[in-house]
Amino acid sequence: MKKLLLENDHIEGIRYFDAYRKNGGYRSVETALKLSPDAVVEEVKKSGLRGRGGAGFPTGMKWSFLAKPEGVPRYLVCNADESEPGTFKDRYLMEFLPHLLIEGMIVSSFALGSNRSYIYIRGEYAWIVDILEQAIAEAKQNGFLGKNILGSGFDCEIYVQRGAGAYICGEETALIESLEGKRGNPRIKPPFPAVKGLWDCPTVVNNVETLAAVVPIINMGGEEYAKIGVGRSTGTKLISACGNINKPGVYEIDMTISVEEFIYSDEYCGGIPNGKKLKACIPGGSSVPILPANLLLKTAKGETRYMNYESLADGGFASGSMMGSGGFIVLDEDQCVVKHTLTLATFYRHESCGQCSPCREGTGWMEKILKNIEHGKGKLSDIDLLWDIQRRIEGNTICPLGDAAAWPVAAAIRHFRDEFEWHVLNPEECQRRNYGLAGYADPIHVPV
Amino acid sequence: MSEQAHLVKVTIDNITIEVPAGTTILNAARIVGGDVTPPAMCYYSKLEGSGGKCRTCLVEVSKGSEKDPRPMPKLVASCRTTVMDGMEVKNITSEKVIDARNGVVEMLLINHPLDCPVCDQAGECDLQDLSYGHGNSADSRYEFPRRTFERHDLGPYIQLHMTRCILCYRCVYTADQLTQSREHGVLDRGDHAQIATYIEKSLENDFIGNVIDVCPVGALTDRTFRFKNRVWFLKPMNAHRDCPKCSGKVTLWNRGDEVYRVTARKNEWGEIENDENGKTAWICNECRFEKKKTSDWVIEGPREISRKSVISANHYLKVEEPQNVLPEVMGGRNPKLLMDIHDVSDVNKPNIHLSEIQGPSTSQTFEDNSNINPQ
Repeated sequence: MKKLLLENDHIEGIRYFDAYRKNGGYRSVETALKLSPDAVVEEVKKSGLRGRGGAGFPTGMKWSFLAKPEGVPRYLVCNADESEPGTFKDRYLMEFLPHLLIEGMIVSSFALGSNRSYIYIRGEYAWIVDILEQAIAEAKQNGFLGKNILGSGFDCEIYVQRGAGAYICGEETALIESLEGKRGNPRIKPPFPAVKGLWDCPTVVNNVETLAAVVPIINMGGEEYAKIGVGRSTGTKLISACGNINKPGVYEIDMTISVEEFIYSDEYCGGIPNGKKLKACIPGGSSVPILPANLLLKTAKGETRYMNYESLADGGFASGSMMGSGGFIVLDEDQCVVKHTLTLATFYRHESCGQCSPCREGTGWMEKILKNIEHGKGKLSDIDLLWDIQRRIEGNTICPLGDAAAWPVAAAIRHFRDEFEWHVLNPEECQRRNYGLAGYADPIHVPV
Repeated sequence: MSEQAHLVKVTIDNITIEVPAGTTILNAARIVGGDVTPPAMCYYSKLEGSGGKCRTCLVEVSKGSEKDPRPMPKLVASCRTTVMDGMEVKNITSEKVIDARNGVVEMLLINHPLDCPVCDQAGECDLQDLSYGHGNSADSRYEFPRRTFERHDLGPYIQLHMTRCILCYRCVYTADQLTQSREHGVLDRGDHAQIATYIEKSLENDFIGNVIDVCPVGALTDRTFRFKNRVWFLKPMNAHRDCPKCSGKVTLWNRGDEVYRVTARKNEWGEIENDENGKTAWICNECRFEKKKTSDWVIEGPREISRKSVISANHYLKVEEPQNVLPEVMGGRNPKLLMDIHDVSDVNKPNIHLSEIQGPSTSQTFEDNSNINPQ
């Protein structure tokens, strides 16, 4: 498989302009600036690129929704506030290939008509800010940023803004609020950012990987890009794999490989250490539903599950999950799903902005109940109560954080209810040992 | 013609009305009134940008509009969703809405102290009304210690008791929109978020007292009134004075001749009324906290309180008789009257309307007719 994003990440000095340029960097800027902005948008549309931040919304379509009123500036904002537990692909990309992001942003800014673009970066990525700022300075020195880029008459500046440590600021409207210097509370939509975003101007917010993917799209053409991958999952996707695997790290895949191959092949995760068995996996970052091993490798219909948007979502939430942001977390037979769910619930309780009541109060409540169950103080009715609480959070909040907090709990109860019950019924034993594999890895029964 | 073109048709719980385009579903429902109106804890029509947070006003949109009849996938906050022509909204006719609202009430109450017996807001509290109208049952499924905070005095007039707060952000918007510089805001996030001044200090602005009026619960209370009286014992009177700072139109809450507290005039939704210029009649701190003598005010007459909560129990005009269900229960028979209290007592003469009594009423009042207002 030919890598598109991480092709050159092993070259020494690729972080700096000279080496990057020597290896074919900034070609897409030269190509794009000769085209019209609409033609660039058209190429991205043809490529079928889907947002890499988690929702998987078609990028070209998002760009074409951007309102273009006369005399009002438009903004492109790069969402580098990557804070989802288990997701670290953008960090890798920005740390080792900062110019790829800058290049993608210049092309995208040109396509959208943004003369001032922003990178809103997670505050904890402090050292990456320096890397990005150096890359921006280098690009500016070499005439790829600033006034009249390459004599085309297009001006563009890129600014880096650090967040202050809030997961919620990765939600696009909260990000915009934070960028404006306000408290990072999500806004109520509509109006959508494409109409009223940063400083009430039309704004597009895209993930780091999405913007970086614009570079190969322009270099090879949208139609060529669309040929990679399968169905509506075109192009390549960065997967950050972690958990109980031999080779954790960031992998670029072309979305045609199966989940089984991704976990067990030496090219990717390299299997599970110490000969342990696979128990469960969260395929797309902490907020997507967790799947037991049998449903992860095969869909409910008994078909092989592949690493792409459609296949991972096959079966809906009843027996499927989501591609999400590509944070692939693997749990082996020694892991406790209850403890794991508690960890996630604690995270969401801590990160809820506190604006709307179901999420503010519900996340804290779920955490407390899970803590009781984990420490052997739970009751059987607590499991139903948890289900009821998550049901009343999901879909009733302003932003998707409520859903993100509800889904992991819902999926854990849906697929691992016996483990929860075992915890409640064996309060002392559950402090000493884990429930183990149970039947989670057994082949699923396929009705004929 | 042009004015008519701006009207759009919206159906709320099978009641169709025409409202100007750009009206929110909640405001359209308020025009219909009654049970059809979703409750609102954070939305305050006089404050720009408020609403959308508490999620009690969620409704189901079963038909988006005439042009695009698809239903909306999720329940929407009616206070921040504008109506479209031909939109069909389900509020009390939707089970989903009832269930979601039930959940929101539960969520709002899990960390609320339920100290109503000692809370000054009791009787005119939006959360009390909400729990009464939409809550689940008397027992809670929440068995953990509630979140608590220290009480803070924000200057000589206002006390902040965060434990009761439901984070509606109304007071933040009020300070933003009414005063030159906002000195309090929301600190932290999630269930440990709190309204605070960060460094404990007093709020000094002339209009900051209005945060007490907008607070839906007893989190912000009037220090000059704290623990002085229960609101349902007080007699609301419309009054005004010549105030250089504000409209000077207020409601006095009297008991006898004594003014216990002064508030702005609130309408049936608990929101401050407009003055004759169509502007919201916010009142200044001087009117609210310092003019506590009847001689400071020109009294206009008793105020009608049209809200449903306990406070209406002391209606002085238009008394709503409680429905007498006894004959129904007893199979059509009326209960036998054993003794009429008025036969043996001097007080509670049924033919004297309470509003016609000035000053504290004693049995003497009822015997001596000279004290009765001829109105």
